[in-house]
Amino acid sequence: MPSNESVSQSRILQFHNCYLLFGHNLIKEDLWVREGKILNPRKLFWDEKGYADVKINCNGMILSPGLIDVQINGGLGYDFSSEHEKLEKGLSEIAKYLLTHGITSFCPTVISSEKLFYPKILPKIKKTKGGKEGAGILGIHAEGPFINVQKRGAHLADHIISAGFPGGFQDALDVYTKDGFENIVICTLAPELENASTVVKEMTQRNIRVSVGHSMANLSQAEEAVKHGATFITHLFNAMLPFHHRDPGIVGLLTSDQIPKGQQIYYGIIADGIHTNPAALRIAHRAHPKGLVLISDAIAAMGLPVGQHHLSDQLIEVCSVDDNPDVPYKATIAGTQTLCGSVGVLDACVRHFKEASGCSKVKL
Amino acid sequence: MRLVILDSYCDASTWAAKYVRNRILSFNPGPEKYFTLGLPTGSTPLGMYKKLIEFYKGGDLSFKYVKTFNMDEYVGLPRDHAESYHTYMWDNFFKHIDIIPENVNLLDGNADDLVAECDSFEDRIAAAGGIELFIGGIGPDGHIAFNEPGSSLVSKTRVKTLAQDTIEANARFFNGDISKVPTMALTVGVKTVMDAREVMIIITGAHKAFALYKAIEEGVSHMWTVSAFQQHPKTIFIADEDATLELRVKTVKYFKGLMHVHNKLVEPLESTQEKKKQKMN
Repeated sequence: MPSNESVSQSRILQFHNCYLLFGHNLIKEDLWVREGKILNPRKLFWDEKGYADVKINCNGMILSPGLIDVQINGGLGYDFSSEHEKLEKGLSEIAKYLLTHGITSFCPTVISSEKLFYPKILPKIKKTKGGKEGAGILGIHAEGPFINVQKRGAHLADHIISAGFPGGFQDALDVYTKDGFENIVICTLAPELENASTVVKEMTQRNIRVSVGHSMANLSQAEEAVKHGATFITHLFNAMLPFHHRDPGIVGLLTSDQIPKGQQIYYGIIADGIHTNPAALRIAHRAHPKGLVLISDAIAAMGLPVGQHHLSDQLIEVCSVDDNPDVPYKATIAGTQTLCGSVGVLDACVRHFKEASGCSKVKL
Repeated sequence: MRLVILDSYCDASTWAAKYVRNRILSFNPGPEKYFTLGLPTGSTPLGMYKKLIEFYKGGDLSFKYVKTFNMDEYVGLPRDHAESYHTYMWDNFFKHIDIIPENVNLLDGNADDLVAECDSFEDRIAAAGGIELFIGGIGPDGHIAFNEPGSSLVSKTRVKTLAQDTIEANARFFNGDISKVPTMALTVGVKTVMDAREVMIIITGAHKAFALYKAIEEGVSHMWTVSAFQQHPKTIFIADEDATLELRVKTVKYFKGLMHVHNKLVEPLESTQEKKKQKMN
């Protein structure tokens, strides 16, 4: 037994023969962990006189923090926005599945839904810590319904509240409900809607990260939202005005000089190889590398094998790439070429991004 | 006194490490019988530490029943400062091996009562039954640990004010800013090292040739504190060719003629991988 019982009886793990990211370099160094927390090995050695109970050989691999997916709509046949009866079962199965892909926490994303639906779903998606049983839930990403109907993407027009917030923040509260709000950590809204700035401010004060997206906003409208506290852009390039040099729109936030000092703008980007062209990935990455957040935006078909599946009244087809017939690549509405969402798991997105952007392992 | 002359720094380091390995293995340490080892810092012993780590990783050597006592540490330098000897020992040796932290003794230069810290260090050495093998390096002016020229040859562990030369030489480790260099250190005394049952001094490089000459060819002098070990019953100097440049040809020839005897001391023991390989060939 190590002689550090005075501090804690918990086991100390030492990962060795591994590479760690430290000071912008990958260095060969050991990592000590106790009760899920990284230990300063020198403090352990000199002050506590403790040492590892268990040594784990990593065989020369990189030991990295778990991935976080802040936009994922479902998987394994479950859709967070529709099946409230099976929601809890779905969440736990997906949490487990994500963990096998190195994702240690995620934000279940609920897209624009019928108003009656919110009180049924949101309170059920509780924050969880995560552990051996699966990835943790950081909180809900509420994507809509306060978005621009012209940039609705796969959201149903009937569910969208394009009137914005004539009643101010109360309108948001009416939809998401008080209980539901407790579980929301990210909210995607269109900043051009009426009273959006007030709502952005209110939400930010309640520690909800506001993300701009599904929007026709021009750059100054987007900047206005950022000044009121918005910090994120929902799936950059998708569901927003295309870049135009006289008004770059939301994309322009990446190089805007109107971002308040000390504030940083982040943007989600789908790097599944299909939803964003590699050249566009590179443009975003080179313009604003520090703000880049990879997301999967995966749908219920994520994690399902190649072939046809019935998903909420639709027959969809999960297709593979030619040279790798077992690996799901994209999902289309069966018999068509119409994309119906991403099926890439986040770890695949990381690999694709590395290849497409040419950035080093360290920069990842 | 023994003087072992090797071709290069690398050979000297390997020889030293093998010697330490064999001493620990033949001592056969266990829970009732710890091997006590005095350790230096600085650039000279780095190669030896690397080799010892290799021996540990290869399964030939364990430090589980080894107690270590380090020679010195700066006063007032934060423990985790890049130039502290705590950092040196952690980075270059302790973190790589299976030593038990409570068996490591390193002077605390941030102790509230520095004198008490030094006294307690001597007590800890005594409690461990004295030091079996004290390894040291030396400076170009012949100092051992922080026992600079003029230090008493019967000194014990104590607080020392550093010589201006040493402070200036150390400035390169503190971005050239002399005001940041610690001016005091805690150090074992010459007598502390003399009391060890065996002393091993590693000395390499042409810039230390004069110190080696002073250490072994001239008389004992407190101006070259390392010369004190002429009077130690069991001292071994390990040098590379460059360090012998100031010695007489006669001295070098004499000790080189003894190499076949000295090399027997580092032959691999039965339990080591090196021995197994030799047998296979």
